[in-house]
Amino acid sequence: MYLASIHVTLKKSVLDPQGVTVKGALESLGFRTVSDVRVGKYFQVSLGAESEEAARAMVLDMCKKLLANPVIEQFDFDLEPGGAAK
Amino acid sequence: MKWGVVVFPGSNCDRDTLWALGDELAQDASFIWHQEKSVEGYDAIVLPGGFSYGDYLRTGAIARFSPVMEAVEEFAQRGGLVLGICNGFQILLEAGLLPGAMLRNSSLQFRCHFLHIRVENEKTPFTLACKKGEVLRVPIAHNEGNYYADDATISSLAANGQIVFRYCDEHGAVTPEANPNGSMDSIAGICNEAGNVLGMMPHPERCSEAVLSSSDGAKIFRSAIKFWERG
Repeated sequence: MYLASIHVTLKKSVLDPQGVTVKGALESLGFRTVSDVRVGKYFQVSLGAESEEAARAMVLDMCKKLLANPVIEQFDFDLEPGGAAK
Repeated sequence: MKWGVVVFPGSNCDRDTLWALGDELAQDASFIWHQEKSVEGYDAIVLPGGFSYGDYLRTGAIARFSPVMEAVEEFAQRGGLVLGICNGFQILLEAGLLPGAMLRNSSLQFRCHFLHIRVENEKTPFTLACKKGEVLRVPIAHNEGNYYADDATISSLAANGQIVFRYCDEHGAVTPEANPNGSMDSIAGICNEAGNVLGMMPHPERCSEAVLSSSDGAKIFRSAIKFWERG
């Protein structure tokens, strides 16, 4: 079993209205050095695979097909043996 | 002309659409459950508004993999008329039947009110009963209607006449104030290159009879009927 930790965020070129609003709220709380906030999604996917390489290929495929929309989003992930969500 | 209205788990404008088509426009219209694998025998398919699959992951992202969508994609590729309204538009984007994607409204508010859209292309199967530049009064109800595409896509949409509706004020002026969601280029609706697939955020089925304070939405359905009757 493997555990994939996947981050999906809006591309740099896409304005993130949620991030802008959270940044404003942080500033109003006194966090005046905050220069940027991006809000994204975090997935923990436990999966079975024959090798780390096979698991990596599968996670890449699920990101491209479903977890991220390539028009507006980018993704990255870490993979570790184990498989139980933390 | 036979219309099919696809019902996904979480669709909530399916009955309104069936009412507008069947009771108001006297069309032969029926529901198609999302588990169906065929749309054989239908002349036009509507993907209605709602919150398919609870809008989980992204709007339309799960519905796009419903069994019926493969049949809808084939139907569209054969030139069949496909109309995606609100969540239906979002599903068409996720399915790649239309280019671009939806972001959250720039206001972060769910917007639910009447507004105006301008007909930018009156030659599509869904607008041929309208005049160019005609202003329609229609309602919106969405949280993710902020249309986004890269610059090259926006330019090609504009060049090909695929921008069908833009948000405007009551006089037809396209202004930032009249844009309810931050949509690029004030886009309210686009079609594919062939023109047989239209996605729009406003709800024509909610304004297809005078008692609903506007019957402008019926023009969208009447256009498709006229197009189909012409053969």
